[in-house]
Amino acid sequence: MNQSDAVAVVLFFGVTAYALFGGADFGAGFWDLIAGGAERGERPRAMVDHSIGPVWEANHVWLIFCLVVLWTAFAEAFASITLTLFVPLTLAALGIVARGSSFAFRKAVFRTRDRRNFGAAFAFSSVLVPYCMGAVAGAIASGRVPAGGKAGDPWESWINPTSILGGVLAVTVCAYLSAVYLVWDSRRLDDAEMAEYFRRRAVVAGAVAGIVAFVGIFVLRSDARYIFDGLTSRALPLVIVSALCGMGSLFLLVRGASRGARLLSIGAVATVVIGWGVAQWPYVLPESLKVSQAAAPSGTLTAVLVVFVLAAVIILPSLGLLYVLDQKSLLPGEGVESTSTGN
Amino acid sequence: MMSVLAIDPVPWARSQMAFTLGFHIILVPLGVSWAAMVLIANYRAIKKDDNDALVLAQRWSKFMAVTFAVGAVTGTVLTFEFGLLWPRFMGKWGEAFGVPFAVEGLFFFTEAIFVAIYIYGWKRLKPWPHFWTGVPIVIAGIGGSISVVAANAWMNEPSGFTLNSAGKVVEVNALDVIFNKAMPYEAAHMVVAAYLVGGFLIASVYAMGMLRGRNDRYHRLGFIIPFTVAALATPVQMAVGDTLARWVYQNEPIKFAAIEMVPKTKSDVPETLLGHLNSDGTVSGGIPIPGMASILSDPKTGTSTVVEGRNAFPTSDQPTIAQVNTVHLAWDVMIGLGTLLFLLSVWFGLSWLFRRDLPKTRWFLRIAAAAGILSVVTMEAGWVVTEVGRQPWIVFEQMRVEDGATTNTGVWITFLVIVAVYVVVGVTTILVLRGMGRRWREAGELDETEVPYGPRGSVERPGAPDEVPVG
Repeated sequence: MNQSDAVAVVLFFGVTAYALFGGADFGAGFWDLIAGGAERGERPRAMVDHSIGPVWEANHVWLIFCLVVLWTAFAEAFASITLTLFVPLTLAALGIVARGSSFAFRKAVFRTRDRRNFGAAFAFSSVLVPYCMGAVAGAIASGRVPAGGKAGDPWESWINPTSILGGVLAVTVCAYLSAVYLVWDSRRLDDAEMAEYFRRRAVVAGAVAGIVAFVGIFVLRSDARYIFDGLTSRALPLVIVSALCGMGSLFLLVRGASRGARLLSIGAVATVVIGWGVAQWPYVLPESLKVSQAAAPSGTLTAVLVVFVLAAVIILPSLGLLYVLDQKSLLPGEGVESTSTGN
Repeated sequence: MMSVLAIDPVPWARSQMAFTLGFHIILVPLGVSWAAMVLIANYRAIKKDDNDALVLAQRWSKFMAVTFAVGAVTGTVLTFEFGLLWPRFMGKWGEAFGVPFAVEGLFFFTEAIFVAIYIYGWKRLKPWPHFWTGVPIVIAGIGGSISVVAANAWMNEPSGFTLNSAGKVVEVNALDVIFNKAMPYEAAHMVVAAYLVGGFLIASVYAMGMLRGRNDRYHRLGFIIPFTVAALATPVQMAVGDTLARWVYQNEPIKFAAIEMVPKTKSDVPETLLGHLNSDGTVSGGIPIPGMASILSDPKTGTSTVVEGRNAFPTSDQPTIAQVNTVHLAWDVMIGLGTLLFLLSVWFGLSWLFRRDLPKTRWFLRIAAAAGILSVVTMEAGWVVTEVGRQPWIVFEQMRVEDGATTNTGVWITFLVIVAVYVVVGVTTILVLRGMGRRWREAGELDETEVPYGPRGSVERPGAPDEVPVG
């Protein structure tokens, strides 16, 4: 594997990590959004808060990672993408601001009205951002972003069948992943009722995501032929693994026996994302810009790879520590004062 | 975009970048230096069994959770904006300019992970391990700001790349990009600024509290820890800033000409306080200190030191008259307020040295209460000097700002939306932080069951009665 291929793999590693970790955080916002009124939705919302509180910022850094690798290693593609997809990327950036700040604010305020307003901003933007990201992915995958640091159509590039598919799939997949994770978090906290609550939602979301993915095959066939051909040839094993993992996870979720369901759902989503990458190989921007053409000079690629190795040595163990402490319930809440202090 | 909305994006892109950077930079000192102050309080709490310090440390870390979140998301916006506002700049230079950001990513990741562990770890981690989980935040904060400033320094002193005849970057030396000529000076200036501004900002809140009669030990400690950090940073910053200014004189003469408002190359240049440059090249108003700019530029040659004027550079490569006046005013503000903060620090230092106490007069607290905002203004002014002073270039002598900007004509809309969103976020951040402080004041001391590092109780459930929000 040459340097530019290696960096492309690193980039896709980041995209996959963002989908699996950041995606679940977005999905938690989706469940927050549809949890119902202040009273009925209180317990699921508290679970969402509790579940993503310690990890969302770290998970969110994968996005920065992807953007930085993209603009450093494939600068021309980055310029084309940002010029063409100005609108959805701006919406995503605004959504990220609204989401992160209102999530932090919600935990820090106590009046029901304030919590509701911040909660609404958090939850709404948690759906907006993955939709925009999915639409951006769809725009790239369907070859609507031209090479050469040029702008494509500012509207049609992200309002088209593949982008809509990407957006809807992103939202449903995030909801699915998140519901599955929330089952575990509920169990960890001995809350059987919430575990059941999220288990049922995981089944529904998983089924919907599966249907969207299935319909997506036909959308891609008519709208994004290169990706479709890739998915049905060299990426086919990944597609099959994804389908099997998805069905397996649904089966386990329906039966309530959840051992392995989480792993299978992660497998289902990861293989879809990796499948996208394999399907559009060897292009960064399908059919107009190849990875090897877009790649930065060797000095830059070496730097990116060195940083990635350092990340593997420093960041991955640190992330592991964070998740282990979190899973062992050693990170129960901010500070020591219980949140009821000010009432 | 519809043609009626086709408005030149360049001024709007510049405004949006300036506004979002100017907003984010207020949160940066808190992100970089607050953790260090929390750890000072935390250390004292464990070592001396100091309950006030303990309460401070853990309340600060809760505040930090809010400011860190807002800092993280506004920083993410900047990441997007590099592409959204400056795609042609990134398309050409991302391969070099991006390298320091790749390094910064490492630090940001580390910071985000350990901020979470530290903030959420108060209850269940043991005291010393918990303390140590805070240390990576401090290191990552410093490393992260050095990396980002390295990228900015590269825009001032681009190096580490080779262009082909078509002007495309064909070779990059990553280390030469990161360690460009301006990097050590700018990075040192910003890291010290982060401690200075962070310290004054936090101390100012407690100065306000003390002015309102909350003169207990808790408030004094909350004032003294950050104020001492800031007071120690201030003289260091004067030395770093002075070195940097002389370096700019030697290496970036056009920026220096704007700073000192020098129209024509000459010796015996006065240091003009305030005043402005007219379009005919004359300087009016202000208080000139004869020969001072020459003396400061090179004390060895004194007033005979020659300072290059704007006329030494082609007109098209100079900042405009308005930009020169902006740079000069910002410079005066930075130097003036910096000196004021230095004198305030000296006052505090002398009082502490001789009386082991704060200066008695309320005027000290009044000025200290203003020092938070003043230090922010000082830092913003410093960024105006370096950014406006580089105009018309986005990459010095390599690319002009308008050649790097987006061609999307709707930027004026995003500018307006962003300003509206940020105003809401900014005001809300302040209200939320104040609300937290007020709530804790009303609640008083921690009660028995909330002692940190306590025995591991049963796992509490979210939504359990003690956590139910009551409206």
